[in-house]
Amino acid sequence: MQRILLAGFGGQGILFAGKFLAYMGLHDEKEVSWLPSYGPEMRGGTANCSVILAEENIGSPIVSTPDILICMNLPSMDKFEPAMEKGGLLLYDSSLITRQPEREDIKGFGIPATQMASDHEMPTLANVIMLGKTARETGLCDLSTAEGVMRKIVPEKKQKLLGANLKALALGYEYQ
Amino acid sequence: MSEKVLMKGNEAIAEGALLAGCRHYFGYPITPQTEIAAYMAKRMPKVDGVFLQAESEVASINMVIGASAAGKRAMTSSSSPGVALKSEGLSYLAGCDLPAVVVNIQRGGPGLGGIQPSQADYFHATKGGAHGDFHMLVLAPNSVQEMLDYTYKAFDLADQYRITAMILGDGILGQMMEPIDISPKEPAKLPPKDWALTGTRGERKPNIVNSLYLNPEDLEALNFQRFERYRQIEEKETLHETYRTEDAEIVVVAYGAASRIAKNAIDLAREGGVKAGLLRPITLWPFPKKPLRELADKVKAFVVAELSMGQMVEDVRLSTESLRPVYLSAHTGGVVTTPEEILEHIKQAAAN
Repeated sequence: MQRILLAGFGGQGILFAGKFLAYMGLHDEKEVSWLPSYGPEMRGGTANCSVILAEENIGSPIVSTPDILICMNLPSMDKFEPAMEKGGLLLYDSSLITRQPEREDIKGFGIPATQMASDHEMPTLANVIMLGKTARETGLCDLSTAEGVMRKIVPEKKQKLLGANLKALALGYEYQ
Repeated sequence: MSEKVLMKGNEAIAEGALLAGCRHYFGYPITPQTEIAAYMAKRMPKVDGVFLQAESEVASINMVIGASAAGKRAMTSSSSPGVALKSEGLSYLAGCDLPAVVVNIQRGGPGLGGIQPSQADYFHATKGGAHGDFHMLVLAPNSVQEMLDYTYKAFDLADQYRITAMILGDGILGQMMEPIDISPKEPAKLPPKDWALTGTRGERKPNIVNSLYLNPEDLEALNFQRFERYRQIEEKETLHETYRTEDAEIVVVAYGAASRIAKNAIDLAREGGVKAGLLRPITLWPFPKKPLRELADKVKAFVVAELSMGQMVEDVRLSTESLRPVYLSAHTGGVVTTPEEILEHIKQAAAN
């Protein structure tokens, strides 16, 4: 079972990134749950989203001790890093979070996703760059599977954005 | 089996209603159930149905009364304070013996309360919910698939017994997504709606849908008839589910989202050597009294886990005739219980 928590500011695409991971689980025929934080905190404040991928039926859909934590701002990392499961993976946007992870019993991977997104003129796709990195470091799926999932979830009306999304995914996946 | 789709609980309710042939939805937005109305607004025009955002909750429940009186499957949905506003209509639906489906995706209360998940409307849903002698048939799903399945079933039950069937969910179930199967279901065989106001065409006596009876003997006779139907519902339609109760010493009783959290607590308790199990009522009215009473002969204690100050706990004490201690593991106001907290209560119950 993988308990994943994604957190950042409202508007960074945290919920979409969570949805992507849920679809990835669905693609692997896993049991899947996705639970967003909802309410006024989403309007400009912090947003977070619990995703569980499991072989067996999922009980509580709330992730309080994540195996995988994806942070896109400092308040989220300050709040959720201490709650992580031992041996967990922490992926963070190092262009917005300047500190290193404090825990020594977890693995941290920084990626300057927001900077990379703006360098490649896709300022709204830092979340997808994070997803590429997540896919690689967690071994959840390879790049071609991730691309297949992306093709499936970019809505028809937004097909013109598919190319940029695929590029962002690859950028994150290939970042060393 | 058809391919599964990822859907929010609220959307699954709307899809379940559409699959059940509901073509009349009257709503009013309120967090955390607004996706039901949003889904209906998008889909109803495509299936020649009616989506109407009324001017208020009171108006929307009265539109349900009208559509139902005309023999149509109708639904409204809201969240706690909005459902309270619909209460008068719930009583009139009962008084007129009209089938309807009403959804309550509960949030913290009382008053305007908050918008986070809660189960504090158990009393409102199961003990009448408005003035007069009546019940609603209350279904409590605990997954996105069940949000669809039990909404579908709610329409059949409502038509079968001419009763309001309520879907009692909460903010977690409404907002969460899970993969579900949305393929069409086999239609049930149901009695004809020969009471409906469909126009006589001069061929029959007019039907009357009414809840005013000034002669007390007439009103009593009608209430007796209604309660005979309620008795049949209790006999035939009570639903529950058990998990690891075969050898359990401590049985947790929980419904809806709380039952999923309780399931984690039970697994943790078992890992720690405490024989715990779960009884999950699926219908809250009628309440699964019999299986609880039977468990009372076998177990050491019960723990009721609910997101309220303790409402269902009263029905557990009544059903088990207080033969065993009943402990309460509760949070309120939108705060959600953790598996660890329920585990503590299980351990305490086992140690006492």
